[in-house]
Amino acid sequence: MSEATTLLTTKSLNPGSTFYKALLTKCSSTKIRDLLLSAFLPILGLMIFLLFWQVGSQHIKTSLGTFPGPKEVAVQWKNLIAEQKDENLREIAFYERQLKRNTEALKADPKAEIQNRKYSGHPTFFSKIKTSLGTVLCGFLLATLIAIPVGIVIGLSQSLYRAINPVIQIFKPVSPLAWLPLITLIVSSAYVSESPMFSKSFIISLLTVTLCSMWPTMINTAVGVASVSKDLINVSRVLRLGWFTHVIKIVLPWSIPMMFTGLRLSLGIAWMVLIAAEMLAQNPGLGKFVWDEFQNGSSDSLGRICVAVLTIGFIGFALDRTLLAIQSYINWDKSAVVR
Amino acid sequence: MSELHLEISKVGIEFPTQKGSFCALQDINLKINKGEFVSLIGHSGCGKSTVLNIVAGLYKATTGGVMLNGREVNAPGPERAVVFQNHSLLPWLTVYQNVELGVKQIFKGKKTRTEMAEWIVHNLELVHMTHAMHRRPDEISGGMKQRVGIARALAMEPQVLLMDEPFGALDALTRAHLQDSLMDIQNQLGNTVIMITHDVDEAVLLSDRIVMMTNGPSATVGEILDIKLPRPRNRLVLAEDPEYNGYRTAVLRFLYDKQKKIEPTTTIQREKTTADASNIKVA
Repeated sequence: MSEATTLLTTKSLNPGSTFYKALLTKCSSTKIRDLLLSAFLPILGLMIFLLFWQVGSQHIKTSLGTFPGPKEVAVQWKNLIAEQKDENLREIAFYERQLKRNTEALKADPKAEIQNRKYSGHPTFFSKIKTSLGTVLCGFLLATLIAIPVGIVIGLSQSLYRAINPVIQIFKPVSPLAWLPLITLIVSSAYVSESPMFSKSFIISLLTVTLCSMWPTMINTAVGVASVSKDLINVSRVLRLGWFTHVIKIVLPWSIPMMFTGLRLSLGIAWMVLIAAEMLAQNPGLGKFVWDEFQNGSSDSLGRICVAVLTIGFIGFALDRTLLAIQSYINWDKSAVVR
Repeated sequence: MSELHLEISKVGIEFPTQKGSFCALQDINLKINKGEFVSLIGHSGCGKSTVLNIVAGLYKATTGGVMLNGREVNAPGPERAVVFQNHSLLPWLTVYQNVELGVKQIFKGKKTRTEMAEWIVHNLELVHMTHAMHRRPDEISGGMKQRVGIARALAMEPQVLLMDEPFGALDALTRAHLQDSLMDIQNQLGNTVIMITHDVDEAVLLSDRIVMMTNGPSATVGEILDIKLPRPRNRLVLAEDPEYNGYRTAVLRFLYDKQKKIEPTTTIQREKTTADASNIKVA
């Protein structure tokens, strides 16, 4: 009896045995199943969402007609691309006409004064995306430039943190819509120039984004800096590192993960705030696009707004992923799971 | 050799707690000569590390003070380099860069760039770590990390090397290996060393003197034992040496007979719970 058991075990432990082969196939099949599931489930989720959207939209009647389903939105997306193509053609034609006019004028009179005008067509959906991206990045950059140094300083000093914390906590929850009138008035009176480099609407949107988005970065940086391990601080003390070296060599690398958590929250807020700010400040970006379509009130408007909503979502997602990629590139701890 | 180098005189420290101040150390007196290897041994929680931290300048003594070469020390500095128990390497720097951080700070303007590089490599050679110079701390073993910690401290060219249970977190084999390395280095460089340990064999094997501390609160120096074993020492030969075993017994007797760990009645909650836990085990 015991002999039989031994025989059985040795046989089943032999790498060539059917037992092992079965185990291996089972392993690889679970791997394939995992892979399929990870691709299949998101697609399934999207399909279900589209189905609900299609069915649900038919039951929503508005003053501008039935709420658009996925199909109508796809049509509007194509329309917007077509508009962009038209606009491109018009621009090319404009410059061709200008060149022709100028050469003719020069031919008639070599001393003729030539005017080279820039094409100023109306901004398309895609140029509005560009404006929005530019505005949000400038605002976010300014917020980062303020928040990280302040965060480091208040993270290093407990008393400073206690002194500044109430101000942060009070301003953090303020809505962009509350800031906007104040900023508009300040910019209108302070930013006066004969040939302004930036439009006022750009400055107003940018400052609103900065004011609303800098808090998470500031707080997270401060918390990260304050949490530097006591042992590493002791190393720094024994080495008598100067304040600056201490910050650069020990504090900053230590707080990078926390800092990035803050930066990602900030960028998310910045993007959300931007759309609202653009609506009111009339900065020619996605916010203005939505507002204009709302005011326009044509039968296509709802579909075009839906395109804008989806675009806003995709760009927000892409911005977050970009920051995540930067984080995993910068972070010293390559084994850390960033998500 | 017998020149007075470091003097700890009448050092005491009190920590403020909610129930009033807690006296951790009291009246610690110790004179250490140049090139001497001194071990501090005692039960955990008796304040060994606190003594070391006061010498390092990381804590400020409430009473008394520490003199190095006739000058009082009250701030941390590289002439009293510390080897920390948990290595405390910067995880984002390579082994080389970790040593470099200190070297750059201390020899700025005194050594050229190439001299510094040579000095860093030299110190890594001392601890046999040149092969992993460009690896990060999380890519090397615990023993290797501790070697780098020692190299970092040695590279500061310290007058006193302070080691806070340097091998406490290592397995027995690695520990023996590192102890031998440390003896070699000590033989070559003749550093003054203060080492905290709770390993009796380690203390006897490495030290010229063993300072045995009483239990806290108000811990102080209980006995001092001179170890007159000839150097270089070999752990295998010493294992059967009656003199070695005599020293060993003396330390053990101090720790487990005279300073038997009694359950603390008032003091810190943490200690109380551990004591309770051990009681339950006995029951």
